[in-house]
Amino acid sequence: MAMSTPNADNHPDALADDIVLRAEDLRTHFIMGTRTAKSVDGVTLTVRRGQTLAVVGESGSGKSVTSLSIMRLLSHPGRIVGGRLLYRMRDGGVVDLATLSDKRMRAIRGKEIAMIFQEPMTSLNPLYTVGDQIMEMIRLHEPISRHEARIRARRMLELVEIPAPDKRLDQYPHEMSGGMRQRVMIALALACNPALLIADEPTTALDVTIQAQILDLMRRLQREIGMSILFVTHNLGVVAEIAHEVAVMYAGRVVEQAPVHDLFARPRHPYTKGLLACIPDAKRDRAEDGTRKMLNPIPGSVPSVLALPAGCAYAPRCPLAEAHCESVPPDLLNASPEHLTRCWRHELL
Amino acid sequence: MTRYVLQRLFGMLTVMFTVVTIVFVIVRVAPGDPAAVMLGPDATPADIEVLRVRLGLDQPLPIQYVYFLAQLARGDLGHSIFLDMPVASALLDRAEPTFFLTIFAILIASAIALPVGIMSAYKRGSFFDQAVTTLTMLAASIPSFWLGLILIQVFAVRFGWFPVAGYGGPDASFLTRMSHLVLPAVALGVVSSALITRFTRASMLDVLNDDYVRTARSKGMGEFRVIMKHAFKNALIPVLTVIGLTAALLVSGAVVTETVFSLPGVGNLVVSAVLRRDYPVIQGALLVIAAIYVLINFGIDLLYLMIDPRVRY
Amino acid sequence: MAAASAPSVDTPRISTLILQRKTLAIGLAIIVAITLLAVLAPLIAPYSPSKLSIVNRLKPPSSTWFFGTDEFGRDVFSRTIYAGQLSLLVGAAATALAATVGITLGLVAGFFRKADGIVSRIIDAMMAFPDILLAIALVAALGPSLATVIIALGVVYAPRLARVVRASTLVIRELPYVEAARALGVPTWRIMTRHVLRNLVSPILVQATFIFAYAMLAEAGLSFLGVGVSPEIPTWGTMIAAGRQYVGQADWMTIFPGFAIILTVLSLQLVGDGLRDLLDPRLRKDL
Repeated sequence: MAMSTPNADNHPDALADDIVLRAEDLRTHFIMGTRTAKSVDGVTLTVRRGQTLAVVGESGSGKSVTSLSIMRLLSHPGRIVGGRLLYRMRDGGVVDLATLSDKRMRAIRGKEIAMIFQEPMTSLNPLYTVGDQIMEMIRLHEPISRHEARIRARRMLELVEIPAPDKRLDQYPHEMSGGMRQRVMIALALACNPALLIADEPTTALDVTIQAQILDLMRRLQREIGMSILFVTHNLGVVAEIAHEVAVMYAGRVVEQAPVHDLFARPRHPYTKGLLACIPDAKRDRAEDGTRKMLNPIPGSVPSVLALPAGCAYAPRCPLAEAHCESVPPDLLNASPEHLTRCWRHELL
Repeated sequence: MTRYVLQRLFGMLTVMFTVVTIVFVIVRVAPGDPAAVMLGPDATPADIEVLRVRLGLDQPLPIQYVYFLAQLARGDLGHSIFLDMPVASALLDRAEPTFFLTIFAILIASAIALPVGIMSAYKRGSFFDQAVTTLTMLAASIPSFWLGLILIQVFAVRFGWFPVAGYGGPDASFLTRMSHLVLPAVALGVVSSALITRFTRASMLDVLNDDYVRTARSKGMGEFRVIMKHAFKNALIPVLTVIGLTAALLVSGAVVTETVFSLPGVGNLVVSAVLRRDYPVIQGALLVIAAIYVLINFGIDLLYLMIDPRVRY
Repeated sequence: MAAASAPSVDTPRISTLILQRKTLAIGLAIIVAITLLAVLAPLIAPYSPSKLSIVNRLKPPSSTWFFGTDEFGRDVFSRTIYAGQLSLLVGAAATALAATVGITLGLVAGFFRKADGIVSRIIDAMMAFPDILLAIALVAALGPSLATVIIALGVVYAPRLARVVRASTLVIRELPYVEAARALGVPTWRIMTRHVLRNLVSPILVQATFIFAYAMLAEAGLSFLGVGVSPEIPTWGTMIAAGRQYVGQADWMTIFPGFAIILTVLSLQLVGDGLRDLLDPRLRKDL
């Protein structure tokens, strides 16, 4: 029950054994002169050992900023202004990433937590061979020779199913396709055997067949290696394929976190329900005469992170909203033991 | 790769050909008879006629142009009547101070500009960055010859740390000669560091937010290494272009600076040639300096090959 | 739709825009002040710039002679503000010439495919000559005088403008409304002047400001070398050249004309930078 009242116990060791990462009331703001963009404003989420947590949301919901906050890779003027990011190291110790020194954070990046990005075309340095870039990662964290690192890099390319790895090691990124480059990024990220992989929309820039291949690969690697994955996406179809649990973000907050089946079967937040209604579903969306029904987009628009409403950020668009919702921001409530929601009226769903 | 090199080579040759033509035109547009101007008011018509024939000025212009090209093709830059020696040897005699002055100035300029430009971009918007922006603009406004005079006042006359002028005389050791180049190199280097700093800053700003820089950070790499190995190497190509351009500009900056410091270099030779209307020397110096510019640019195109694998294909 | 009609209502007055840009405002203020000093020199100068006074030669700066006196006892302050007249005149005239030649060449190259090859090649080759050196050679060929210095600098800097104009013209001539005008049979010269040139005002203005600055530096260099205007005519360059003989003895003879050059060139660069900031958002999108 510690989860529903995240600040009840401030001791880092409060992290349960099966939890790799827990964000507690994370706040990341971009302070530009007199204006403050509250891109992440109270995110609470949990990643379990060996499982995949999908973080879903529209663009601007703060999902990418959340993942960059965990890696502490925010660009100026973004800053973590509050909350905790409890992470369990591979040796069992628990640290708060939000307050860790830069030096200790560098030792964690790549080795404990690795990240892959949305744009495979630009995420690799064009001036170095693929092999060099993987070997660089390994040698940053492990005292091994170039020769050994090269053998490891070659093994990583095999692991991500890149054909002719010896030849590929000496190629430059521009000689590869987008899908191939994303495989290289995965090989790079997994080269030091991290406990947590953060994947920020890793398939969004790829076409559908390549996307399916990459998802297959990530699932297989997770089975074999056992790392946890935090998978950021705006695509609920992808979520269904890869996630064990789902956290739905809206206007800088997690509004609902639940196991994937629970969430799809019975969303306990009106926003999630609205999102699910937008997915084209072959069976459900056919009317009796066989014509396609209109999708149901959510009316209204996401509030600006520069001026969030006082109460529930979704209230202005919510069919269930009442006066209380507009004045008091909802706590993270337990709809069921494993199902958390930030909705005062979740009982009605 | 071969195609790239051939393309550049062809581009270089066309520019060089046009340069040769322009030089030919410039020297021929001179109002009046160059032979008469060269010999001065005391010359007899017979003397002038002899010189005209010797310079080929009695021929029609197209013939002169063909002779000119043929002469250049043989590597002959002409003959200076005043110096009574081939222009090529005159230039070669004066090459040493100019060569080292340019090299030192480029080294000083880069040593200032690269770290300052990188830091300025990295600390964008900070007090340091604003100060750098202001100072580069100031440095770009200073005439190098004026800075040279100020340096002479302070470091040569007042403190006596460096020689005031000259190149140490005919028997000076290499070290003595180089000590005469310190102040002029600083004057030129400081002034030309402004442009390189600005370019370094701008092209670093372009790459600092690139995705691969973030990837490098996500590997757990230290900032210094992220900046130098990943960002700076990508920013280097436009910066190299400017350094090459500056090197070429320095050759001309040297024209003025050599005069300030009375260095017996190419610049000095050109100025005295202009003052006494020694057209073959002016023409030869123009050609050689433009050729150096074109060659440096070609060299930089080849450097790209080494830095950027994308150019190789 | 509101956005489309808004600019005419909301566009702040130009003066407000300029004042908002600190660098532009400061640069303009300095350059205007310098120009006024030069133009009004006969009213402001405490002494005649050419009044000799052997007793007062090489006097250091004082309340009598703000900037000291030169080797002939002439007042350096008076000479400095008088010299501004010619220095600014040469810079402005060279810029005007460079603009006329450069814009014409650039438009021709950008608009007529056949001419582009030759003109571009000449532009490239001209840029292969360092500016001072080319100017020296041209002055040498034409014979040194005030007019030839202006012509030489105009020729030297024309290719820079031509390059900018050519690049922009290549883009603009493909824009739908220019193609439409062509399809409607509007004469080419009219398209060039009405549609293309009007869109090029910003980049030309920015570039011309910088050329003004470079031309002033180059003029000072030529005068310093003695291959520019006659040494008897006071320009900042000739004044520094004269002071060179007295380095360590009468440093004020070089320092103050040098400050005048630096301040003028700096203010021009501030204006150029400020203008670019002011005009660039649109430029960058269009080019």
